[in-house]
Amino acid sequence: MTETLLSVRDLKTWFSTGGGTVRAVDGISFDIKRGETFALLGESGCGKSMTSLSVMQLVPQPAGEIVSGQVLLQGEDLLQLPEAAMRDIRGDRIAMIFQEPMTSLNPVLTVGQQIGESLKQHKGLKGAAARARILELLDAVGIPAPQSRIDEYPHQLSGGMKQRVMIAIALAGEPDLLIADEPTTALDVTIQAQVLVLLRELQRKTGMSIMLITHDLGVVAEMADRVAVMYAGQIVEEASRAQFFAEPAHPYSRKLFESLPSMEKRDRALDIIRGSVPSLATEFKGCRFENRCDFAWPPCRDVIPQWHRCAEGHGVRCHLMDEALAATRPNDVAQEADELVAPRSVAVGNELLVVNDLKVHFPIRKGLLKRVAGHVYAVDGVSLKIKQGQTLALVGESGCGKTTVGKGIIQLTRPTAGEVLFEGDDLNALRGERLRRRRKDFQLIFQDPFSSMNPRMMIGDIIEEGMVAQGVGGHRAQRRARVAQLLAHVGLAAEMLDRYPHEFSGGQRQRICIARALAVDPKLIVCDEPTSALDVSVQAQILNLLKELQNELGLSYLFITHNISVVAYLAHEVAVMYLGRIVERGTIGEVLDHPRHPYTQALLSAVPTIDPASQQEIVHLEGDLPSPINPPGGCHFHPRCPAAQPVCKTDYPAPLAVTHTHRVSCHFAQT
Amino acid sequence: MNILPVFLWTDILIFIMVAVVLAGGIYARNKAHLRAPWGQVVRSRMGMASLIVLVTYITIGVIDSVHFRESLPTENSSGEVYYSGEVLSLLDVLMGSVREQQEKTYSAPFAAYAYAKETVELDDGSQARIYPRLLYGGAHLDDPASELGDDVLRLSLIALLYGVASWALISAVVVALIAWRRGASISRTAGAILKGQLEIPWRVMFITLAIIVLLISWCMVLAGYYHILGTDKVGQDVFYQAVKSIRTGLAIGTLTTLVMLPFAVMLGVAAGYLRGWVDDVVQYLYTTLNSIPGVLLIAAAVLMLQVYISTHPELFETDAARADLRLLFLCIILGVTSWTGLCRMLRGEAMKLREMDYIEAATAFGVSRFKIITRHIMPNVMHIIMIAVVLDFSGLVLAEAVLSYVGVGVDPTMFSWGNMINGARLEMAREPMVWWSLLAAFIFMFVLVLAANLFSDAVRDAFDPRLRK
Repeated sequence: MTETLLSVRDLKTWFSTGGGTVRAVDGISFDIKRGETFALLGESGCGKSMTSLSVMQLVPQPAGEIVSGQVLLQGEDLLQLPEAAMRDIRGDRIAMIFQEPMTSLNPVLTVGQQIGESLKQHKGLKGAAARARILELLDAVGIPAPQSRIDEYPHQLSGGMKQRVMIAIALAGEPDLLIADEPTTALDVTIQAQVLVLLRELQRKTGMSIMLITHDLGVVAEMADRVAVMYAGQIVEEASRAQFFAEPAHPYSRKLFESLPSMEKRDRALDIIRGSVPSLATEFKGCRFENRCDFAWPPCRDVIPQWHRCAEGHGVRCHLMDEALAATRPNDVAQEADELVAPRSVAVGNELLVVNDLKVHFPIRKGLLKRVAGHVYAVDGVSLKIKQGQTLALVGESGCGKTTVGKGIIQLTRPTAGEVLFEGDDLNALRGERLRRRRKDFQLIFQDPFSSMNPRMMIGDIIEEGMVAQGVGGHRAQRRARVAQLLAHVGLAAEMLDRYPHEFSGGQRQRICIARALAVDPKLIVCDEPTSALDVSVQAQILNLLKELQNELGLSYLFITHNISVVAYLAHEVAVMYLGRIVERGTIGEVLDHPRHPYTQALLSAVPTIDPASQQEIVHLEGDLPSPINPPGGCHFHPRCPAAQPVCKTDYPAPLAVTHTHRVSCHFAQT
Repeated sequence: MNILPVFLWTDILIFIMVAVVLAGGIYARNKAHLRAPWGQVVRSRMGMASLIVLVTYITIGVIDSVHFRESLPTENSSGEVYYSGEVLSLLDVLMGSVREQQEKTYSAPFAAYAYAKETVELDDGSQARIYPRLLYGGAHLDDPASELGDDVLRLSLIALLYGVASWALISAVVVALIAWRRGASISRTAGAILKGQLEIPWRVMFITLAIIVLLISWCMVLAGYYHILGTDKVGQDVFYQAVKSIRTGLAIGTLTTLVMLPFAVMLGVAAGYLRGWVDDVVQYLYTTLNSIPGVLLIAAAVLMLQVYISTHPELFETDAARADLRLLFLCIILGVTSWTGLCRMLRGEAMKLREMDYIEAATAFGVSRFKIITRHIMPNVMHIIMIAVVLDFSGLVLAEAVLSYVGVGVDPTMFSWGNMINGARLEMAREPMVWWSLLAAFIFMFVLVLAANLFSDAVRDAFDPRLRK
């Protein structure tokens, strides 16, 4: 258990680009022991994936180059090995699984063939022996009915299944080390829980080490034995899990914890990390975190911090740990905690939006004459209410129809049936010009800030577009002034309006999208996963902004997300969706603290928690979300429900009022 | 002498095209997303060298598009002016003597004697079968057999002098302009250009320019004394024919695109963005059109036009107007048959774009469909249009040659490389063989198509997002 399996020493991987040398990995060292899980934690672009590619010697050529360092696998330096010898190491002793299971499997080969390829390469197994081993592997990664799955193609499998197949391929060579690069980021929480449990079990059985690359503190808390935090190409802190979660030492690690949204922080602004990660093409003279650090003082700018041990197995790269230097630091000026703007006194209670039995069905057309052969029941009878100045969170796994609900409400996808009463007017009945005029009252913020702005337009024109289309904001000079004011409102400089979207970071773009939505003075904003493409520190900035705007302008939000902690921080009411229908809805306290529906319970328990003390029981869900083309009869959830009874297979449960705000669609909600 | 300007249909369209390209260039200067890829084109050495060749061709084409009719000498006293039925262009004036120096029949390049023996009456009254002297080619020589080599060398040296002088003059002006733009001294700028230190590959451009200027001055000096590419069956200078064909080639290559673009862009984008029945109609339309053999459609259309023209001679004032209408019609019919490829590509791109979040955002603002198409979709498919236009150009120039060879191309009286090749069919079968018409058409066409292809490569590298680094 104590034997060191992999030892990385002063590894540097640099990229030469047109804009200078990018030091993606800049001198990192760590050890991974046999049988341990080592987590590499960091935001996007900090060099964590490049570290794993360097270990595998898969750095993109010719732009990238491993400049110096050693990668010792049981004492043998992999960087000295020729490519031919490296090929035997890959897959055989070090295996890798990737983030995106959709693209890492070859779509024209069956699952069996893809696993068999690895077996043939590394174990020399062929024919019946190989097939037997493949079945064994599929069984080991928890794929039901492996006999029938072995000859299926990747498109016939769900995302979670594909990731299991990827793991099976990685296991085929019986590796000593498994590098898992964000293995669950693309998966839903309930599936993520399944995969994490699987990885842990496999590790226990085979005794392999896992190098887990992730940005999710929750996953680290669930999985890791040791944690290394990466920032701008360097490891800034390394500790055991217990040490790390008990007392993170580096200011960056601390900030990461503080910027996480949660129920307890509802009433105040989240701590944010100022600014953004510095460009890795710059040559650093001091600490890389200096420009964003609350504790920075002059030496941080001029002296490169060294590695300090603050406890056994706990190291930090920060001047604060250097007692001689830390003594020179002036005392902190008492910092004022950011206060949220007090909520504007809007008459909460007025129902801004009432949705009754909304249905959005997409016809499936087949054949030459394009006859309707069936429907995708994306949204199948959803009712909800949003009060003025409040936030309703719509929670659910991907594919449950929550985005379609949002688009149906603001009439981007015309609903098939139902009512969308916005201030008493049925939007479904509005057509043409009247609907176009009404659009200024409800706006949308998208998930991906990179595709939500026309790359050929300048920021000023992008924000102005809605005002022009709605004929608000007066003449051109007045509109320009309003745009500048909006930019200031979302925390950007007014000079930026003559720039193009590609000049901005993800967080800045999301701010611009918010400013664009605000330009027409909407009353309701549908936020479709606005923070899920952003890093934790940037997410906190956006959440603060959204909350501030709500308090100031009395906006209502329909907040579509799968992230429970964001819901806990931001929402007033929650609706949980499963396969096109809402299964539970109520106030935030009712649903998150006293969930009644088995699906809500499973969903909440599957969320990885960063508090190691709360060892909550995980309710495991079997299988995947069924297809909305052919939903199961009776209660849609019964095939996966741990408490299913015969009645669940026949009747869809009517919503049951637990309190006057809390409604649950389950036959057994009372018990 | 009075002149009457003549504006043929294709002239007007060519001038409009040049104006549009210039206006587009000025517009692109102010748009960062357009300036960046064009900047990459401008920095590519191959792209700029081929651009200079293309600009030379285009300049000749534009000069050849300024048409007019000269007045005939007035004979009656009423003062009424009659104009010649022959339409001339500015290029004809510049090449004046070359156009007029017509021999009796075939003569080889740089020949002083005819290519075939003739029976001539000698001074003493007897007859003999000899190779007679040409009327113009080498006519200034007393004894071509001994003097011709020296004379060509002497003229070449003069041409070299002219060439170097004019190249130096052009270069000096350009270098001065660059120095003025950069705010540096002229000698510094010249040094930087020589060492290739500037972003734009000026050195390559000056070398290309030198080659072109020397070639032009050589041709201009020698063409005054010799038929440098020989003469054809009716004794017309082949060099003159090849130069006059440039305009035809360019017109086919560019005007066809002009005709095709509105179809391809409007139908493709509308089908991809609006979907529904519009998409169905457009798809059926281009599938149907695609399954008709293109040459057949072109042949049918051109033959119909030919019949129409020959039955309505009163509609055309001059022969040139008649030939020009046929050229325009050929461009249109070529355009009608060739828009489907680009249309299909644009439909696919528009289908992809309509799912983008920014299109949805615009819809959520109540922006009208027409505005979404013009503001959001069009600028984002421009790179595809750009690449398709430059790639199609060379194909169309070649298509003209093939169609004229088959006999359904431009009017037989019009100068075109296709017609030259068509004529060469019989010449190649002659003994001794007449090879220079084919060679001249080949060289002129080859240089143009090669330059266009190299330039389109540079444009594609700059505009194709998949190739961008």
